Amino acid sequence: MVINLRKLPDKKYIMPGNAACPGCPETMGLRYVKMALGDNVVLVIPAGCSSVIQGISPYSGINAPILNIVFAAAASAATGMKAAFEAMGKDDVHVVVWAGDGGTGDIGFQALSGAAERDEDIIYICVDNEAYMNTGIQRSSLTPYGAWTTTTWKGKKEHKKNIPMILISHGVKYVATASVGYPTDFIEKLQRASKIKGFRYIHLLAPCPVGWRFDPALTAKVAQLAVETGLFPLYEYINGEFKLSPIAKRYKDPSKRKPIIEYLKLQGRYRHLLDKPEEIKKIEEYIENTWKLIETLEESFAPGKDRGKKIFDAL
Amino acid sequence: MGKGPILQAPETFFIAPLSRPAPGSVGKTGSWRTSKPVVYEDKCTGCMLCWLYCPENTILKTSNGKVAIDYDYCKGCGVCAAVCPFEAIDMVSEV
Ligand SMILES: Cc1ncc(C[n+]2csc(CCOP(=O)(O)OP(=O)(O)O)c2C)c(N)n1
Ligand code: SF4
Ligand code: SF4
Ligand code: SF4
Repeated sequence: MVINLRKLPDKKYIMPGNAACPGCPETMGLRYVKMALGDNVVLVIPAGCSSVIQGISPYSGINAPILNIVFAAAASAATGMKAAFEAMGKDDVHVVVWAGDGGTGDIGFQALSGAAERDEDIIYICVDNEAYMNTGIQRSSLTPYGAWTTTTWKGKKEHKKNIPMILISHGVKYVATASVGYPTDFIEKLQRASKIKGFRYIHLLAPCPVGWRFDPALTAKVAQLAVETGLFPLYEYINGEFKLSPIAKRYKDPSKRKPIIEYLKLQGRYRHLLDKPEEIKKIEEYIENTWKLIETLEESFAPGKDRGKKIFDAL
Repeated sequence: MGKGPILQAPETFFIAPLSRPAPGSVGKTGSWRTSKPVVYEDKCTGCMLCWLYCPENTILKTSNGKVAIDYDYCKGCGVCAAVCPFEAIDMVSEV
């Protein structure tokens, strides 16, 4: 599927004059969600930058009906909302949770896991800027190894929690990773997800110029480099089939990947480790391990094969 | 569960604060800029990549298939200039 940019809707899905910082990846992502799903969408947004981006009442900078809700309840509120729409005979409304990495991987995780296990008919998108940005750049469980935050002054000591893999283990219908650097890939994934009934999860990498300390002009470039260095593989898991996305396939071959230093050196949050080869090596090892896992999943969940057998036999 | 309106109108109502989508929910954000994007029409091929990536929705499609900037709200991030494959956008200092 090739998306013709000229055919994408030119509506003001994000209202100019909102409260997002210049170069914000969250407003980028929200535009793509609406471009892909159209107007029959209700957003459920737990606390985070996207609550604030809306601006000051009685106006809103996001052109969609929104339920702003507490962290712990996003996935459950969406579950209830979907049930209410169904009871009203409005089966075609997409209820979409739009939550940060803190809201997804830490504070809202139990509700997310519950809704996934019950296979609720909602789309859950984690907009992952790898820290609690709205409250001033605190670490989350999705902050990567080595990154500075205001609560990890010397760089985080733990690796990033792998939420999409955790969702795959829930056995849900659809899991995908995407990056704001590749909007048409994200839009295609949303469109595919929208045709599936049941729980759908998309993990959107959203480099934040404020928290990652880079020039706001580079939001899209940094989001592309994360993929080009092999750090953030793009893939889809649909009804038991695992496949790498077309843009990410070539990075299976380590020689095709850009050196990770190109990604790190653009970001002030990694400044303290640029002259520490042993730290950079740890990140390179993480990339190797990520791809080993991907290869196992590709083999195990290949189309047409006895899906997931290898993995489920091992469990 | 059967389909159709099984919900009845509640007898009590509570009023939730509602906001409606509108431009300028925090004012004219063009005043945040320190530099502004300038489009060189002769170099612009109308590929629409800047339009796709602009986080603010302040790139406007023009009738001749090219683009113009909504300076009232453009925050001057420079994403458009960075993604343009034809170097048709320059960031020009305003301070
Ligand atoms: C239960 C609870 N704890 C803490 C807060 C304060 N709080 C508001 S937004 C936020 C950060 C959210 O981070 P994330 O989910 O990563 O989204 P981002 O701001 O990065 O988009 C926090 C901690 C809160 N609103 N509720
Ligand atoms: S802190 Fe980052 S994610 Fe939050 S509004 Fe600013 S640019 Fe967007
Ligand atoms: S990205 Fe450049 S060439 Fe393409 S429409 Fe924008 S200004 Fe024109
Ligand atoms: S500078 Fe930023 S906000 Fe202004 S038009 Fe370009 S991408 Fe949009």
